[in-house]
Amino acid sequence: MPESTEPSILATALHWLAPWEFEPLWGLACLAALGIYWRGVRHLRTLDPGAPPTGWPRHATLLLGLTLIYVVSQTRYDYLAQYMFFPHRAQHLVLHHAAPFLLVLATPPRVLAAGLPAWASSTHRLARPLLDLLQHPLVAPLLFVGLIAFWLIPSVHFDAMLSRRLYQLMNWSMLLDGLLFWWLVLTPHGRLGPGRRILLLLAVIPPQILIGAYLTFSPTVLFDVYEVCGRAWPLAPLVDQQIGGLITWIPATMMSVLGTLIVLRQLRLGDSQGRRHPSSPAHP
Amino acid sequence: MRRAPLTSLALCALLTLVGCGDKAWQTKDIAPLMPPLAFTLIDERGETVEAGHYRGDVTLLVFGYTHCPDVCPTTLARLAGQLRSLPAERRDDVRVLFVSVDPDRDDPERLAAYTDAFGPAIVGLTGRPVQLDALTKRYRVTYGYGDKDAAGGYAVSHPSGVFAFDRVGDARLLIRDGDGPEAVRHDLERLLAEEG
Repeated sequence: MPESTEPSILATALHWLAPWEFEPLWGLACLAALGIYWRGVRHLRTLDPGAPPTGWPRHATLLLGLTLIYVVSQTRYDYLAQYMFFPHRAQHLVLHHAAPFLLVLATPPRVLAAGLPAWASSTHRLARPLLDLLQHPLVAPLLFVGLIAFWLIPSVHFDAMLSRRLYQLMNWSMLLDGLLFWWLVLTPHGRLGPGRRILLLLAVIPPQILIGAYLTFSPTVLFDVYEVCGRAWPLAPLVDQQIGGLITWIPATMMSVLGTLIVLRQLRLGDSQGRRHPSSPAHP
Repeated sequence: MRRAPLTSLALCALLTLVGCGDKAWQTKDIAPLMPPLAFTLIDERGETVEAGHYRGDVTLLVFGYTHCPDVCPTTLARLAGQLRSLPAERRDDVRVLFVSVDPDRDDPERLAAYTDAFGPAIVGLTGRPVQLDALTKRYRVTYGYGDKDAAGGYAVSHPSGVFAFDRVGDARLLIRDGDGPEAVRHDLERLLAEEG
């Protein structure tokens, strides 16, 4: 390895924190999400002082989710995700699973409603038919798994890694679909009842296992783009692919299990609240 | 027929997305994806050279290093063979730029000796890390170094793809290891037939 003069800590920090490819939309979206959340929390406090407070665990969850999104998209990590398969799979695990999961948990619908500016509700009305379609209980899981599979079609994957615009489209589509899916399955008293939400969470497990196992056990290198464009460091291509497969397989499906536990807990909390206030009408 | 333009638009978008734009090329068409050839590097005489110096010829850009055990010699030998198979009057209009991403070991003399072994059309280039990084980032490729072994040797990861530029320096094709010799020859001839 070529010798280099020892860089200072500051230079190293800058090297890792500076975006590999500056795309301001990521930072702006994270700031906007933080702004909406903060506004929602403050409005709720003034509107309904008796409402259960949104404490620091929620704040921390939101911050963690946004930080994760920013780190995988706008730091040096993005370089690794472009030139190595397994960091790319981990990037999508964050964008499509972990970060949306955390953001949805941190933001109950009442916080979101109180935080969104007034014009957002008219936009919401316009987008309603699209949301109805994308969050349809048959469409949502298909889209969730289909998007993972689509970007892993070798020729599509090749183009996405080669073209900056397609690469951005890929990552944004994963994040937005992740938000739609986890919002649908983790929000209590939303579009779907708890039974259906658990069903959706379980339905996306087997296809993800299949895709992950296919990557892990493939005897050949499926994605030649990392060969053609070079790797971040000389790691054996099959090992890279196997680690990537395991990331697609195990932690991704564990998120469904976690989600199911959360829905069950919501169900239990809802039951005990229902018993405590028998006069209040049950939520649909 | 108000629907027709919309349908064709959707079809075009889909085709662009899955990457089957121009069927006439047999290797990967990258014309819409990559910028024209530009770099500042160091040539085999140790002098600074700009991409404009090579304009007028069809240029093939290859990344590698002279200690490379397999990929680079195979690629260069394959390309040299393909150039020999071109019609004699066209052969001299193709130049292969072999960019070493291992400047610590590949000085200009070593590069010159290495590329000469593959033929006169192959030109060795290297550069300071800043210059190499600018070039690789421009074409969305990268390289990296493995750990040193006991003898001080180390592996280098580098792109295996060959970028083809036309006579005016526009990025046109990406040739991959899997592309057959017939496909490469077909595309090179077509590129050469274009007026500069």
